[in-house]
Amino acid sequence: MSDKAAIGVKTWFTPFNVVSGFIIIVGIVLSILRFTMGLGAVTNLSNDNPWGLWIGFDLFVGVALAAGGYVTSAAVYLLGMKKYHSAVRPAVLTGFIGYALVVFALTYDVGRPWRLPYPFLIQQGTTSLLFEVAGCVALYLTVLFLEFMPAPLEWLGLKKVRELAVRLTLALTVVGVVLSTLHQSSLGAIFLIAPSKLHPLWYSPYLPVFFFISSIAAGLSMVIFESTLSHHYFADKMDETHLNENEGVTLGFGKAASFVLAGYFMIKVMGIAGGDNWRLLGTSYGLWFLVELLGFVALPSFLYAVGVRNRDLKLIKWTAVWTVLGIVVNRLNVTLIAFNWQLPSDQRYFPHWMEIATSVFIVTIGIVVFRFIVTKMPIFYEHSDYKDIH
Amino acid sequence: MSISRRKFLKWIGAAGLGSTIGKSALAASTKHFEGYPESFGVLHDITRCVGCRSCEAACAKVNELPLPDKPFTDLSVLQEKRRTTETAYTVVNKYEVAGKKAPVFVKKQCNHCLEPACASVCFVRAFKKTETGAVTYDASVCVGCRYCMIACPFEIPAYEYNEALTPRIMKCTMCYPRVIKGQLPACVEACPTEALTFGKRVDLINIARERIRKYPDRYIDHIYGETEMGGTSWMYISGVPFSEIGMREDLGVTPAPKLTSGALSAVPVVVGLWPVFLMGLFAISKRKEIVSRQELEETVRSVSDKANVKLADALARARKEKEAAVEKEVKKALEKAAQSRSKEDI
Repeated sequence: MSDKAAIGVKTWFTPFNVVSGFIIIVGIVLSILRFTMGLGAVTNLSNDNPWGLWIGFDLFVGVALAAGGYVTSAAVYLLGMKKYHSAVRPAVLTGFIGYALVVFALTYDVGRPWRLPYPFLIQQGTTSLLFEVAGCVALYLTVLFLEFMPAPLEWLGLKKVRELAVRLTLALTVVGVVLSTLHQSSLGAIFLIAPSKLHPLWYSPYLPVFFFISSIAAGLSMVIFESTLSHHYFADKMDETHLNENEGVTLGFGKAASFVLAGYFMIKVMGIAGGDNWRLLGTSYGLWFLVELLGFVALPSFLYAVGVRNRDLKLIKWTAVWTVLGIVVNRLNVTLIAFNWQLPSDQRYFPHWMEIATSVFIVTIGIVVFRFIVTKMPIFYEHSDYKDIH
Repeated sequence: MSISRRKFLKWIGAAGLGSTIGKSALAASTKHFEGYPESFGVLHDITRCVGCRSCEAACAKVNELPLPDKPFTDLSVLQEKRRTTETAYTVVNKYEVAGKKAPVFVKKQCNHCLEPACASVCFVRAFKKTETGAVTYDASVCVGCRYCMIACPFEIPAYEYNEALTPRIMKCTMCYPRVIKGQLPACVEACPTEALTFGKRVDLINIARERIRKYPDRYIDHIYGETEMGGTSWMYISGVPFSEIGMREDLGVTPAPKLTSGALSAVPVVVGLWPVFLMGLFAISKRKEIVSRQELEETVRSVSDKANVKLADALARARKEKEAAVEKEVKKALEKAAQSRSKEDI
């Protein structure tokens, strides 16, 4: 990587290591604070605002942005779009790391994390959407782990076990899509219980559908975004197939994202119609809603279409970044910004810097793990022993 | 029949998406839970409350809650609007209402919904609507996710944020341990003005109606909690609109569980049908692949057949031409030879 490494003098003090190391040290200190002093010491949570950044960002945004796994494997294994095959492994890896981090982040947020299996083992609250989300996330994390298995097994040279893991692909893909449909939508449905607290422009009986459809757009955009970053930093790890297919992936996924966002735009408009909330568009929350709807849904749908028509890869890649940002905005709107909108401003929530730092710490762990895996395992290239198999 | 644009759009929305989430089957069912028969409740007559905070003191004592910095006799805390916290299951708030000379005092605590939102959303069933009417909480299973606090429309449950490893949800229990022993809830017992009446919920509704009927000038004609969020065990009657004393009038009459039952009922449908649909997609793409491969093979075969015929033709023609050419050459040579021989003869 650095020049020093090139001339043989190994050093740990690369810019990446220094920055990530610093963040991780801060994160460890904050973790100690959290588990010795309680949530009150490191967060701005209150009785009025029981969910903050760790739920809004780490859980809601995290799950949405980890949707690339099910979207890509469905496209390749179910719809037979084999030309995107090289995109599956990075997408599944990103998804797996994403979900693992969601669960990891939850251990910080819930009061007694060791009780997280209680809903399954001790007492089942089946009327709760959170029960369904928890069940699906736990199962889907397992599915992603199994879907990812071929890569480490190839790395370790365990051919027979790998054979077995590969044979599960179709079944795992189907189960993965079913579980993703359920929990992506149920995350939206979690807020159906609180019509009196969530702003009517965001509250809708269609919330589960909004969340599911937007997760597809999020997944497609994350694959483009992730591959853009990977090409920048890990191009040397990529084989010819991966490099050759990449343009097709960007164009194909961009096209799909354009359509999905268009559909999402339509149902969002129907959501306003269904609640007859047109008059609220003129309020300050309404303007913010329009920023989200026009700026982060309609605009990227249009830009994706233009990018695909002109084969403008640069535009598609920037649109992907914009769409990802739009998903972040949407999930934060539902969980934090438009939630408790009726409370006086001094009772509203704004994250403590330690909450933000902890979220940054968790994302950093994800990047470090991703980097470790793609430099060791066959993610961006096909292992020499297993070429020609598909 | 005239259809407004709004109605039309509503229909379109409902037709397109209602099938997947819509209103639940439950919402259309005839079941309606009206509370356990003979269950208890409390009627809070807001017009009688003088804001003495005796209820707060009794509550803290009975529930062994830590004493606040300012004693309960200090009424200066009423200057601020308070909510229930992890150390106060009940609070009294003071409201200055336009047109009223005296301030209005309202006691706030868990309303013990007939179909509680907190119980409906708890994924370990830590909350229970007991047959006494009280909604109780079991800390021994609580994970601390705080979804109950998100769900509660009355913003009642509080959380021990400063407990590192054993935080609990804290809220009024309607003095469940006392009630099952035949005692009154502490706050009801302590109230010096009988602003709180404990009794069977059905009786309380009748008492409330009677008071409103007898003193129509004193009361607004509404029992808050009779139908709000499907009904609550604590109910209120007031002389001023409830919205002016910090109580929401826009909660509707739908019990909390109905709000999510539609989405929940979609789950088994997705589990049942999605695999079939997805395998169908897989089968279609697979079949397309097979058909296109077959077509390719067929094309290749027919092309090569044609090519073979042509080739054979060409070869035959070539052979013939060659033979003809050879014959011609031979003839030529023979003729030449004959000519030269005849020349020699001459």
